Amino acid sequence: MTDTRQEVWITGIGLLSCYGEGAAHHWEALKGADAASAPIDTETFKPAAVHPLPEIDWTAQMPRKDMRQMENWQRLGTYASGLALEDAGMKEVEEMVSTMDLVVCAGGGERDLSVDTQILAEARNRNDRDRIINEKLPVELRPTLFLAQLSNLMAGNISIVHKVTGSSRTYMGEETSGVTAIRDAYARIAHGQSTHALVGGGYNAERPDLFLNLELGKYLANNTRAPIQERQQQGGGMIPGSGACFLVLESAEHARARGAKPYAKLTGIASDLGERSQQATRERLETMLSQLHSDKDHSPAILSGASGCQDITAWEMDALRGRFGMEVPIRCYTSMIGNPIEANFPFGIALAALALGNNGFYEPFEPAEKPAKIAPAAILVSTAGHFRGEGMATVEKAS
Amino acid sequence: MSSQYTDHKGRPIVVVTGMGVVTSLGRGKKENWEALTAGKSGIRKVTRFPTEGLNTYIAGTVDFMEPEEVSAPGISYAMASATAGEALEQAGFADGDFPGPLFFAAPPVEMEWQHRFALMEENMAAEAGYDQLREAARSNPHDDMHKLVQLGTIAYRLSEKYGTKGLPISLSTACASGATAIQQGLEAIRRGETGAALCVASDGSVTAEGLIRFSLLSALTTRNDDPAGASRPFSKDRDGFIMSEGSAALVLESLEHAVNRGATILGVLRGVGEKADSFHRTRSSPDGAPVIKAIENALADAGMSADEIDYINAHGTSTPENDRMEYNSLRAVFGERIHEVPISSNKSMIGHTLTAGGAVEAVFSFLTMRESTIPPTINYDNPDPDIPLDVVPNVKREASVNAVLSNSFGFGGQNACLVFARDVA
Repeated sequence: MTDTRQEVWITGIGLLSCYGEGAAHHWEALKGADAASAPIDTETFKPAAVHPLPEIDWTAQMPRKDMRQMENWQRLGTYASGLALEDAGMKEVEEMVSTMDLVVCAGGGERDLSVDTQILAEARNRNDRDRIINEKLPVELRPTLFLAQLSNLMAGNISIVHKVTGSSRTYMGEETSGVTAIRDAYARIAHGQSTHALVGGGYNAERPDLFLNLELGKYLANNTRAPIQERQQQGGGMIPGSGACFLVLESAEHARARGAKPYAKLTGIASDLGERSQQATRERLETMLSQLHSDKDHSPAILSGASGCQDITAWEMDALRGRFGMEVPIRCYTSMIGNPIEANFPFGIALAALALGNNGFYEPFEPAEKPAKIAPAAILVSTAGHFRGEGMATVEKAS
Repeated sequence: MSSQYTDHKGRPIVVVTGMGVVTSLGRGKKENWEALTAGKSGIRKVTRFPTEGLNTYIAGTVDFMEPEEVSAPGISYAMASATAGEALEQAGFADGDFPGPLFFAAPPVEMEWQHRFALMEENMAAEAGYDQLREAARSNPHDDMHKLVQLGTIAYRLSEKYGTKGLPISLSTACASGATAIQQGLEAIRRGETGAALCVASDGSVTAEGLIRFSLLSALTTRNDDPAGASRPFSKDRDGFIMSEGSAALVLESLEHAVNRGATILGVLRGVGEKADSFHRTRSSPDGAPVIKAIENALADAGMSADEIDYINAHGTSTPENDRMEYNSLRAVFGERIHEVPISSNKSMIGHTLTAGGAVEAVFSFLTMRESTIPPTINYDNPDPDIPLDVVPNVKREASVNAVLSNSFGFGGQNACLVFARDVA
């Protein structure tokens, strides 16, 4: 999908990851970084690994009373939203946030691990397990936990804390929800259905219940901290990462009217979902690449949010190299920050905008990645979900 | 595009050509409409699981589907598949090759206790807790359980079954989700991305834990001894909502797309309005400002004035706060005329179908216009003097209805209002 009715500018970026916080900080930290030095915790959730969040002073972006009402996945999104609004010069600007459209990609379902563990312990010795649930949950659960479980309550907290209230919608569906969120905001702004939007998501990877969900499908890399390409030689698999990314997207007209400068512009997006066979996946990826009108003679640099899961990562790399050649510079940013699931695709868009806005690109994150000969004028962002769904977008220099 | 196919803002007119519905009242439009207009309640004592110890143990469960597994995702998929099939058949797209995207209002899906206990059984040697479950998960393949806990799975499956195009969309705006799914289909057609969209909403999440969670927020009625009389929107003695299951599906098309293929037009989706509330996680702003704005936005988007609305399908949850706030907000927009416009709450009979509510109530709104019959608000035997509305008390009413406002509000400050019309012109 491409549209030229309204240019869609990226005018604000808010990031949180294992590297810390802030857009400029991430550019400085990542532009010359090597995956060997990426923060990874291989102990806490072993045999799985995780890119952990450093200590964050949440109160820098939200009142303490609101912070207490949230679980970390919601704090992540609310915090990164504040950073993005600040970066765009919109934070606490009432006429901006009260008309701003909020588009969130989120999971949810936070559990109370201690209550769950009590129930599992009790259930070892009893056959009337349904009754245990009825006995324990009404007494042990704190009443507001539900509000940390509903997927749309990241958006709800962002509205409360940052007063973003033009409209609000939340997408679900793991990595594809991030693709849908960006696509929705892009399409609405391009077509004049929205003038400015706050879009993004966050993922708290450091939860055993979420590791459990991923382990059910055997999607995790075990006993390794190898980056994406190298990991393929070891059987592949995913290393999740805690993080969040929010972007301020804005029509060029709206940005110019308030004198805001863009990092870059979003110029196209394609997405699909279907059977995960090699043939069908290749066809979908090739169709998406052709829909984005990338000029083959001016090969873009590529930021991939590859999960590291074996087949799909190889098929994605094959499709990208098949289109742009073996020397195309591909950076798998998931080697550095892990897979922040819902926030994966927005994170790629943010890293692309940062590179374009700084007239540069990232050094290879691992030896298998090819160096970029010149600073790119266009970057292709590609995310293939660990289980289903694929998305791509083109980000270009705004001037 | 010829002006006969565009609205007051030059956008494609969007019409409905197929509808499907499942609620506790039954399966399909016919069963539901008969029960709804007869003033029947679908609320009953929960029998799906033991309810000892629960504060509320009545609900609008859907127990007549045959899900592959009795779980929230299992029941939600079974209902969604049925309503999508009904809508597509009516619209004439019954060949598994729908020419547009899927917008699915998805229920909260997560691992349920039956799954945790099953994993526990696989690894009884280990100490109780998540490490025990994780070890079990790693030891054996659990592909089905993995699919079940993916938030996008129901939409993926619907998309595969009915051949919708592109990446299927799963969305949530809590109890406004059903309206949001319709809104997003409307937006996509207005952008010219597609001539048709399939909008589905489903919620089969009545579990013990689900009831407990809402009870802990003091949101549910506790009138367990009188299930049919427990949902009492706009009554003085209303004391909470009923958790219910249901699903609805609507096929949306641009008018041009529908006319070109000779489809029967069931009604027009005239406009949508939204405004988020930053007041509180579960409560609306006391001044109703966001809801007022959402209604005004919907009317403006539809190119209509409040005077042209001749029936309101209320959110009407039967909680003390919602019904009062909804009345005050409507009065602010409609003025004194609000006391003459018929307004009823389907939730008096089907309870609150949560994620599905906005879509279920959209289907009932279109049926209201087509059948010239307004379903009643039942259990209205103790009117709240502070809410002097014409709630179509207890008995259906024959009336010509040309335009409907349908309200949906959700936790997290979600407000979405839809405006429907019976006829194109």
